[in-house]
Amino acid sequence: MSETPPTKRLDHRLPERFLPIVNYDLCRVCRRCVNDCSYQALEFRESKVVASGGCVACGRCIAICPANCIEIRPVPPQFAPHGNWSERSRRSILAQASSGGVLLSSCGADDEHPAIFDDLLLDAAQVTNPSIDPLREPVETVTYLGRRPGRLEVCDGKVMVREDDTPLIRMDMPLMFGHISLGSISYNAQQALFMAAKELNIVAGSGEGGLHPDFYQYADHICSEVASGRFGIKPEYLKEVAAVEIKIGQGAKPGHGGHLPGEKVTTMISETRMIPRGTDALSPYPHHDIYSIEDLAQLISVLKESTEYRLPVGVKIAAVHNVGAIASGIVRAGADFLTVDGFKGGTGAAPRVIRDHAGLPVEVAIAAVDRRLTQEGLRNRVTVCAGGGIRSSADMIKALALGADVVMVSTSAMVAMGCRVCQQCHRGLCSWGIATQRDDLTSRLDPNVAAARIVRLFRAWNEELKEVLGAMGIDAVESLVGNRDRLRYRGPNPKIAEVMNVKHIGEGWG
Amino acid sequence: MKDVCKPKGHAHECDCGKECLKVEGDRAVIDLSLSPAQPMHYTTLNCVMRKAMRRGCSSIELKGVMGQRYLASTASAPDLYIAVHGTPGNDLGAFLNGPTIEVFGNAQDMTGNTMNSGRIIVHGNAWDVTGLAARGGQILVKGDTGYRVGIHMKEFGGSRPTMVIGGTAKDYLGEYMAGGTILVLGLGGGAPVGRSLGAGMHGGRIFVRGTVGLEQLGPGAAIVPLSPDDEKEVRGLLGEFENAFGAEVPGEMSEYVKVAPSSSRPFSGYYDKTNV
Repeated sequence: MSETPPTKRLDHRLPERFLPIVNYDLCRVCRRCVNDCSYQALEFRESKVVASGGCVACGRCIAICPANCIEIRPVPPQFAPHGNWSERSRRSILAQASSGGVLLSSCGADDEHPAIFDDLLLDAAQVTNPSIDPLREPVETVTYLGRRPGRLEVCDGKVMVREDDTPLIRMDMPLMFGHISLGSISYNAQQALFMAAKELNIVAGSGEGGLHPDFYQYADHICSEVASGRFGIKPEYLKEVAAVEIKIGQGAKPGHGGHLPGEKVTTMISETRMIPRGTDALSPYPHHDIYSIEDLAQLISVLKESTEYRLPVGVKIAAVHNVGAIASGIVRAGADFLTVDGFKGGTGAAPRVIRDHAGLPVEVAIAAVDRRLTQEGLRNRVTVCAGGGIRSSADMIKALALGADVVMVSTSAMVAMGCRVCQQCHRGLCSWGIATQRDDLTSRLDPNVAAARIVRLFRAWNEELKEVLGAMGIDAVESLVGNRDRLRYRGPNPKIAEVMNVKHIGEGWG
Repeated sequence: MKDVCKPKGHAHECDCGKECLKVEGDRAVIDLSLSPAQPMHYTTLNCVMRKAMRRGCSSIELKGVMGQRYLASTASAPDLYIAVHGTPGNDLGAFLNGPTIEVFGNAQDMTGNTMNSGRIIVHGNAWDVTGLAARGGQILVKGDTGYRVGIHMKEFGGSRPTMVIGGTAKDYLGEYMAGGTILVLGLGGGAPVGRSLGAGMHGGRIFVRGTVGLEQLGPGAAIVPLSPDDEKEVRGLLGEFENAFGAEVPGEMSEYVKVAPSSSRPFSGYYDKTNV
């Protein structure tokens, strides 16, 4: 005999993922947590603060609580255990069966693909090549971005460069901030990045959102981006900056375009992007004038003509399976620098299916690009930048040793500002005032404070880089770039070591 | 290997193309046939054009252009007039910001790429991807255009790009269009537009003289009736076309079809933001 069917209509509501717990013994009922929670996951009811659902673990309440009485607990599994049908797979199915929509997320791929960086061990100098104390001896971290001239010519006592050579940009460390547009992040957040880039003497990407008039004061440290939407491009956006980068792809969403929802297109964003307020800002998937390397060469050339060869023009691609050959084409097309954005790179919004499943880990991509360009005699002419999930100075150092000249970071800079990587950027409710355009939220982020935090973080990374260089007995970061002999692989799959041209642990030189 | 060089970090006053440049008052004439290097390299031609612009010339006449690319990119003087005799190469007037360029011949691909303001008048055909991502200014083409013309044109504030094509346009006209106006007259006969018209458009408007079948429309595009304001805009553009080319234009409004986006928010409801 079967059961009586339930009379209540099922709504397949998903269980909560996180639960904020308030310790009422300590709570002073100041309600700052309730006021600050932009996800409205806390409410004040019957004289106490209670959870009201929808917590995303952004951690704002914990940070703001003067009594230190809130903790956020992950809700334990609410589904019957199953080795194949993970909780997320079942939650995704239930959500999509209700909405029929494409699952959207943000930040980088969050599933537990182990990072290859964690499988790499650094070398150090012993006996035969003495190590260096970076506090007492100079260890050079200055890095140049741009195309290296094959030769110099002297004409009438002046150093001449050939017409097709563009100058190099000097940076104090082998680091740049990735492209994060105004629109995906707030005015204050972008200002903090630009201020920090200026202070650190490195370059920050503008993202594809144009450049706010207030930010031209940082133009010497900004790399402006020309992407498929061509938003906000005007002569000064190309001419007054340090470098221009053509964005073909982004590591978090290879092959996918950008999409800033109309809600985020405020008056300020519409003026900077030069589009009507409240309309979706769509960056097409491809550049419609680039269907080949020859077409890319034309866009590079027109940007060089437009900027009168006074600044480097680069190309950024997502790391994909054939990245080596594509990189070779890009260098042959005339790019002065090349940026490879790995599979774990961040985003303000991307379909989960692409973010989590498409692309190539940046470690492998760097090695593939470095090897291919070296084989073809092109590597010494171009600067290779790489990023996508760089979490620490160790990741940065390993990326350099694998073959990148410059490491691109974005999420780490966000985290320095306050981001807790809760992956809700696409909702525009960022309680830290970073990935939002709501005035009450953006005002929470003080650009001066945020910039100082970013500066401290990356100065510390640079010191750590010097420590490692010194320990390896290397006195200039250029000598680390592509020096894969100073890495060993200890991971589960020796094939990865083979494709990266890195020796296995235990393998020596002789 | 080019035979020109310039001091690094200095103003780019060099000898590039000096044989070809004649300046009288504020009028410059650049005759490419006088160049010792034939054909003249585009970097040389652009360099000599910039030299004329820096001298404050209000008109630059180019003679004997043979496919040189990237002419007048980011040129910004609003009163500058550039006459091009011959055939300019790809990316003519890219990022153009004010000047008027008149081409007495055909233009190649990507004319007016990402232009901000100014005018480009082509007394011939202009081929693929003309007016890509333009957000202001005007492009007038007397003859036919190729594929993917007017892709991702947009508008902002008082800045609205307009394009009039005297002949026909091929497939994907106005794809991804986010603003601006395209008018196709189909004067030489034949189908005025191809397939996938306005695919993915979420702003702007396309007027076509003649018939547009529903099967020619791309996703996101719809045929809607012309409003009195639309008729006024079409008449205004017809007037400008007539002034530019001295051609007779048909002004019977019943012959025109308007194609407009079915939504300005094509992705609303497309995504599921559930925190899975």
